Amino acid sequence: MSKYNFDYLDELEAEAIHILREVAGQFEKPALLFSGGKDSITLVRLAEKAFRPGKFPFPLVHIDTGHNFEETIDYRDRMVARLGERLIVGSVQQSIDEGKAVEQKGKNASRNALQTVTLLETIEKHQFDACIGGARRDEEKARAKERIFSVRDEFGQWDPKRQRPELWNVYNGKIHKGENVRVFPISNWTELDVWNYIRRENIELPSIYFAHERDVITRNGQLMAASPHVNMDEEDVVERKKVRFRTVGDISCTAAIESDAFLIDDIISEISQSKISERGARMDDKVSEAAMEDRKKGGYF
Amino acid sequence: MNILKFFTAGSVDDGKSTLIGRLLYDTDSILADQLEAIQNANRKNDDGTVDLAILTDGLRAEREQGITIDVAYKYFQTDKRKFIIADTPGHIQYTRNMVTGASTANLAIILVDARNGVVEQTIRHSYLVSLLGIKHVVVAINKMDMVDYSETIFEAITQKYKALAEELGLQDVTYIPVSALKGDNIVHVSERMNWYSGESLLHFLEQVDTDVLEQSDKARMPVQWVIRPQTDELHDYRGYAGRVVSGTFKVNDQITVLPSGASSTISKIEFFDKELEEASSGQSVTIHLASDVDISRGDTIVNSSALPQESKLVEADLCWMDTKALDTSITYLLQHNSKVTKCKIAEVVYKVDINTLEKHAADEFKLNDIGRVVLKTADSLPFDFYGESKANGSAILIDSRTNLTVGATMFRALAD
Repeated sequence: MSKYNFDYLDELEAEAIHILREVAGQFEKPALLFSGGKDSITLVRLAEKAFRPGKFPFPLVHIDTGHNFEETIDYRDRMVARLGERLIVGSVQQSIDEGKAVEQKGKNASRNALQTVTLLETIEKHQFDACIGGARRDEEKARAKERIFSVRDEFGQWDPKRQRPELWNVYNGKIHKGENVRVFPISNWTELDVWNYIRRENIELPSIYFAHERDVITRNGQLMAASPHVNMDEEDVVERKKVRFRTVGDISCTAAIESDAFLIDDIISEISQSKISERGARMDDKVSEAAMEDRKKGGYF
Repeated sequence: MNILKFFTAGSVDDGKSTLIGRLLYDTDSILADQLEAIQNANRKNDDGTVDLAILTDGLRAEREQGITIDVAYKYFQTDKRKFIIADTPGHIQYTRNMVTGASTANLAIILVDARNGVVEQTIRHSYLVSLLGIKHVVVAINKMDMVDYSETIFEAITQKYKALAEELGLQDVTYIPVSALKGDNIVHVSERMNWYSGESLLHFLEQVDTDVLEQSDKARMPVQWVIRPQTDELHDYRGYAGRVVSGTFKVNDQITVLPSGASSTISKIEFFDKELEEASSGQSVTIHLASDVDISRGDTIVNSSALPQESKLVEADLCWMDTKALDTSITYLLQHNSKVTKCKIAEVVYKVDINTLEKHAADEFKLNDIGRVVLKTADSLPFDFYGESKANGSAILIDSRTNLTVGATMFRALAD
């Protein structure tokens, strides 16, 4: 492909656009899952490249844990206004209020697992047959095994032993009623690829990705934001530190890292030298070696 | 910098996962927390060192059984290239998963255990490589540490494989003696095999030019989606969105739309906010035509001076991927790029014994069987032969009762 100067980011981009257009062509009611994190922000840019000057053939869907970083919600609302696309919010708080999900107890309580309940409810309510997500195979070893078109049964479950073969660039999106497909257009991107793409495309991100002063506590060796959504007791010492977040999830399960990286270039050089993986800062993956596989079987992204 | 996609063929016993683990480990692609997780795991090598194979076996069942069941994709990068590895299972009962991993690869690494040489499995894997049209092959003769780094053994295996490569028509084969366990010739050239004058595996992967031997120059773009904003200011806007699968389209090119046969001229090629002079294989773009032509998803835009084959009958190689055997009495769906049409298997020409490469007549086609069939489709397909274009010469079969992908087909010849 060198003959017309098509570099690796162009190739990843072209592949992702092809996948997004397959979703548009193959499904009746697709949706793009938007978390406010850099991966789903990248998906939005790719969707613009795939469908503009037309409208997106899908709404954006945010599964709102209610335990958000304010900066993310602010970013989300500005972005939706700029795009002129439809946003659907599925609320974890509402699932809890309706008794469909039960808040975890204890010091390390998080709403991360509850998202699955709200996600499945939202899918059912709107009859979505495909949900586009920003998961990448380099994130975690169960994800490394997942297809780009990943079929989920009526209960949202992933069955790793019964995945459809996925050949060449041909994606089989045929499903029975009630099933849905999770589609991962940036499966083949790494964390660094995403950052290099964000730099190249000059994409704005929520400010929490960049170094800032914040009150934090240290929990199991990780820095957590001192927030009303994180259960704290007298043992927790609040300190003010210069930090940034490498992933953006529920505030109660996303750890910060100490960092001076204020510009994208700083972040890229920080990641290039880092010895800790991105999901190393996610408490939800620390539970066991098969934590992600088990959550996916239960219907998680 | 570009991307090299390769896949590895071999079994755990050959040290396949160890080889991948070694590539990742020695290129500093494994991060501290991942390494910690491996070190905490219960699986260790006999000498107590970390078992690098755990890195790639991502599923609980795989770790329990110590084998690879499904394809795992792994990523690493050097200053020269981004690499995507499809780590595929070697056991015969997972042939369909190997075919899956191999379908998108530009290069294959075939592992041979230096103690055993070319065995049945080597033949099977090499056959799949030739079937899937992978043009570049590295034969990594592994476990050289177990045969005293013997040049004689390396040479003997090389000679034996050359005969196989010739039989299978593999054109570009490179032989590298390695020890994945000890790291010899993986990233750095080993000092324990001074008789070997070639490159290390990684160095070879960084340099190999996969544009050579690749792909047709005939311009083809399956239409995936029609962009029609239907707003006041873009009232007449009509763009055909798709990914060019081979060749190059230029503005003012004369094109033909298939299957309708209508022709027109390219008036504009767009990519988001840019207008392009041309679009080549691999690029996702939006094409505009000078005249109104009826085009929808599933149609293919081709250069009028290089038309594809068009037929409802085609001879194809078929790899069967479902636990339910092929049924020649029912109608399947065939998906060729963005086009889906009904399809029957009109004839099973032969089946290949993939361990011996012998062809024989067959009444049934079961999971992992491979052979030649005649496909009969409801609509005429605009295709090229697989040897010329992987993208426009391949299709999948779907069982409409289960919606499962049950077969991979590669178009080889016109059928009468």
